[in-house]
Amino acid sequence: MIPSTFDYLAASSVDEAVQALSEAGEDGKVLAGGQSLVPVLRLRLAMPTKLVDLNKISELRGVRDDGDAIVVGAMTTHHDVINDPLIREYAALLSLATQTVGDPQIRHRGTLGGALVHADPAGDLLAPAVALDAEMVIVGPGGRRTVAAAEFFVDLFTTVVGPDELLVEVRIPKKAGWGAHYEKFQRVAQAWSIVAVAATVRAEGGSIAEARVALTNMAATPVRATGVEQALVGQPATVQTICAAAEHAAENTSPTSDGNADADYREHLARVLTARALTAAAGVAS
Amino acid sequence: MTATQPVTGELGKARRRKEDARLITGRTRWTDNITLPGMLHMAVVRSPLAHAKITAINTDAARELPGVLGVFTATDLGADSISLPCAWQITPDMKSPKAPPLAVDTVHFAGEGVAVVVARDAASAADAVSAVEVDYDELPPVLDMEAALADGATLVHPDLGTNRNALWVFDSAEAGSGGDVEQAIRDAEVVVKRRFHQQRLIPAFMEPRSVVVDPTGEQLTMWSATQVPHILKTMASLTLGVPEHKVRVIAPDVGGGFGGKLQVTPEETVTLLVARRMGKPVKWTETRSESLLAAHHGRDQIQDLTVAARRDGTVTGLKVELLADMGAYLRLVTPGIPILGAFMFNSIYKFPAYRFACTNVFTTKTPTDAYRGAGRPEATFAIERMMDELAVELGMEPLELRQRNWITHEEFPFATVAGLTYDSGNYEAATAKAKELFDYGGLRAEQRRRREAGDPVQLGIGISTYTEMCGLAPSRVLGALSYGAGGWEHASIRMLATGTVEVVTGVSPHGQGHETAWSQIIADKLGVPFEDVEVLHGDTQLSPKGMDTYGSRSLAVGGIAAVRAADKVIEKARKVAAHMLECSEADLEFAQGKFTIKGTDRGKTIQEVAFTTFAAHDLPEGMEPSLDSEATFDPENFSFPHGTHLCAAEVDTETGWVTITRYVCVDDVGTVVNPLIVEGQIQGGLAQGIAQALFEEATYDEGGTLTTGTLADYLVPSAADLPHFTTDRTETPATTNPLGVKGVGEAGTIASTPAVVNAVLDAVRHLGVTDIDMPCSPQRVWRAVQSARGAAKSTSDHTTEAAAGGGLGSIDAQGGAR
Repeated sequence: MIPSTFDYLAASSVDEAVQALSEAGEDGKVLAGGQSLVPVLRLRLAMPTKLVDLNKISELRGVRDDGDAIVVGAMTTHHDVINDPLIREYAALLSLATQTVGDPQIRHRGTLGGALVHADPAGDLLAPAVALDAEMVIVGPGGRRTVAAAEFFVDLFTTVVGPDELLVEVRIPKKAGWGAHYEKFQRVAQAWSIVAVAATVRAEGGSIAEARVALTNMAATPVRATGVEQALVGQPATVQTICAAAEHAAENTSPTSDGNADADYREHLARVLTARALTAAAGVAS
Repeated sequence: MTATQPVTGELGKARRRKEDARLITGRTRWTDNITLPGMLHMAVVRSPLAHAKITAINTDAARELPGVLGVFTATDLGADSISLPCAWQITPDMKSPKAPPLAVDTVHFAGEGVAVVVARDAASAADAVSAVEVDYDELPPVLDMEAALADGATLVHPDLGTNRNALWVFDSAEAGSGGDVEQAIRDAEVVVKRRFHQQRLIPAFMEPRSVVVDPTGEQLTMWSATQVPHILKTMASLTLGVPEHKVRVIAPDVGGGFGGKLQVTPEETVTLLVARRMGKPVKWTETRSESLLAAHHGRDQIQDLTVAARRDGTVTGLKVELLADMGAYLRLVTPGIPILGAFMFNSIYKFPAYRFACTNVFTTKTPTDAYRGAGRPEATFAIERMMDELAVELGMEPLELRQRNWITHEEFPFATVAGLTYDSGNYEAATAKAKELFDYGGLRAEQRRRREAGDPVQLGIGISTYTEMCGLAPSRVLGALSYGAGGWEHASIRMLATGTVEVVTGVSPHGQGHETAWSQIIADKLGVPFEDVEVLHGDTQLSPKGMDTYGSRSLAVGGIAAVRAADKVIEKARKVAAHMLECSEADLEFAQGKFTIKGTDRGKTIQEVAFTTFAAHDLPEGMEPSLDSEATFDPENFSFPHGTHLCAAEVDTETGWVTITRYVCVDDVGTVVNPLIVEGQIQGGLAQGIAQALFEEATYDEGGTLTTGTLADYLVPSAADLPHFTTDRTETPATTNPLGVKGVGEAGTIASTPAVVNAVLDAVRHLGVTDIDMPCSPQRVWRAVQSARGAAKSTSDHTTEAAAGGGLGSIDAQGGAR
């Protein structure tokens, strides 16, 4: 399949990219890792007239320690996210979820920022970003702004990032010593999640001190399972309390029906997978 | 008869395939890599609607785009008077619609070609496709086979007066091969009736279809990613009126087919017409979405089976009533595919009475045709599911029920109730070996333990004791079935001056490893080194006669033709050798490439004989200076591979997820030329059979649009989704060919689907589940369990709609196809 014609710019700086996007307006599109955009271009589901490629902007890659947070450049590849020691130590949930993305080729090309801005509700990195209370740093013609992950995702394939803006960094508050698990349910290994659950918990003296749970593909945007979190905090870390809390998993969700799963099945899966994710994250023997 | 013969020479050696380096590294040239001077590119405008009148086609905007040289409809090309060939008139009164290569007035399935664009480059052609405007008046789609047969149904082809293509019946009482099945059902102590659905599948070969036509030479040359260059040449001549000797067809290296490239396609035909019109070479290569949408599909049957039996488990009758979906048109062998199953429902069991009745139905869907196994997987699935159902009904161990009814090894050759003669087999030996490898008893104990404990993860054991008929085919049988051609195969051998060998085969490999296997066979026959044999194929100028590759026929028919040709080479060489050694031919023995005077060490190698023949200075009186020989082999019977497949599957009753935890298969494919190739065929076959059981399904929405038009939606499993396979063999040589080979291309696919589904059902049967449609997706399995527990909360029955979540998974086919 052959995309329609477009102009191409390999930007060498964030400023140059933002400038080019401002000029292109609604017809511009950002090329990050290309693992979602290129198939969409080939199917002609998107026909931008200008592509701004970020791959040559080295300042957008890499992970750094910033005191009480770690900062991940938007163009950091999935492969680099998985193998980064800071992410493993302070944001293990993101590392685990990223391991389930695509295949090795995709993980060497695809980027964290690209996946977040693409905002596919079945994408695996949205829920971890929400569960980890990440902050998105966005640059546009008017300067920098920071948006909480919970406010970042607006709708299907839609975020707060404007057509002339770039997501440049993801700031994740450090969560040292938290257990984490990403429980993914899919038809085949090379497929999107039907439902997945991102869970990370901090146990203290056999009880759950803090818990963060977010769901993939249970609505147009990732859903924070606050009912589950509230039911867990302060409770002993046991299979019984986890299963009881997981019963709240489908609250405030609005899953769709498609060829793989109807809405009621997705709701059921959300409860089952939440229990499994929390059991693993808390290190409780099931 | 079951024995593993000691291996000598090349036969039986696990050689790595000599063709793989060029295929895997991409050093070869596939059809799409062919670039000729001045070549133009064609792209197809396809209907987004399943059923509609075409009211206008506006090509003006497309014509004005840069690089575009022409936009053509069926009428522009004279294609409205052409009908694509169907080679199988299964009954005298079979209804055949006109099948033009581009739609004329009416489109009959979503994806049907409406016009073509020709441009200087592929990108311009793709742009121009979007610029062609077609106006349609929508007609109601015909999607459900039973509704299509009802009175007052919308007709796919009104001129036929019906959606019924044909009714094909075999009845053992009428044929004299068995009793009357209605009588057997009336007299039965137990009768079990079941309905099964064979979902629609897509062959999903790796290399998309591609064709290049060069009309500038004296012979019109067509390169095509096809399984059937010889059939394509003959059919191009018959369909288009091009004299046969003015056409050359080349199948270069072809990247998979699975029956999906056993076709004379609309696109091949249109590319030829456009190339002649433009007077220049033209190339067409499909996109993946076009391939899924418009290349022929497979399976799609509703199967009603009735088994009659005695309380002791002895089967007394089998009645099979099928509805088979043809789709919108008859392609090359569309109506005959379900009929290939007619002789296999009785399988390895001694049913004394049998009736098979298949009603072929037209719908407004993509035409169906051959897909790996073609008729036999459908039969094997249905009978192996039925044997489990009967076992449940009788409270018998399912393997014991099979054993009670199967043909024992002493009973071969065995004349079946379907009128075939199985030449050989040993079901007891294969089953015994499989049970041992599987630890059948241990797994049954584990299953009991989990059932008693109420484990959320239950265990099931699935059995498939199958046979199949392959090696298509004895020409007289094909004639009796009103097929349009014979089933022979051709080969020739050229002894070169330096003693190396060229083998020309009429079969047409597209991934099977024929070059390696034929090299082993001929090296063994002629006693020359493996490396000294080159196998040539796939070009009608080089390989003038052949019936091509499908139906696991290449080795059992084409390989035997090569053996026969080699025999003739040896006989010619014997004359020359005797002359060189000044002895009589009778004094010579030929072994390991050398003619030796018996009882002496005097002799001549076949290479020496080849050079002497080439020089031709001193040959026996009256002998032509050539050892080259050819042979055409027509088999006297099919071959009948068989085996026992055992599958252990865990079902997570909380989610419906199925995990295959152990898979053992013991296959008997007769004598093995190359165990590594056999292993590859079995493993690939298992993958495709398991895919039908658990993953793949082509679905349409209520408007008749294919909703699985990308590989994000049509779920082809990868190695990551499949278990480790424990494979083994018994070797009962076929008695109907000199090598004792049977064919292995389809066995894994045919056998594995029911083994997996039987295992899934066995895991949850005690919960009250009686059936689960294929593919046994997690949702279907979970719902079946819920429903059995009386707690189902179904909101809708597997509706498919473009919806949130799933990236490309939420894109329907049209996005890619237009």
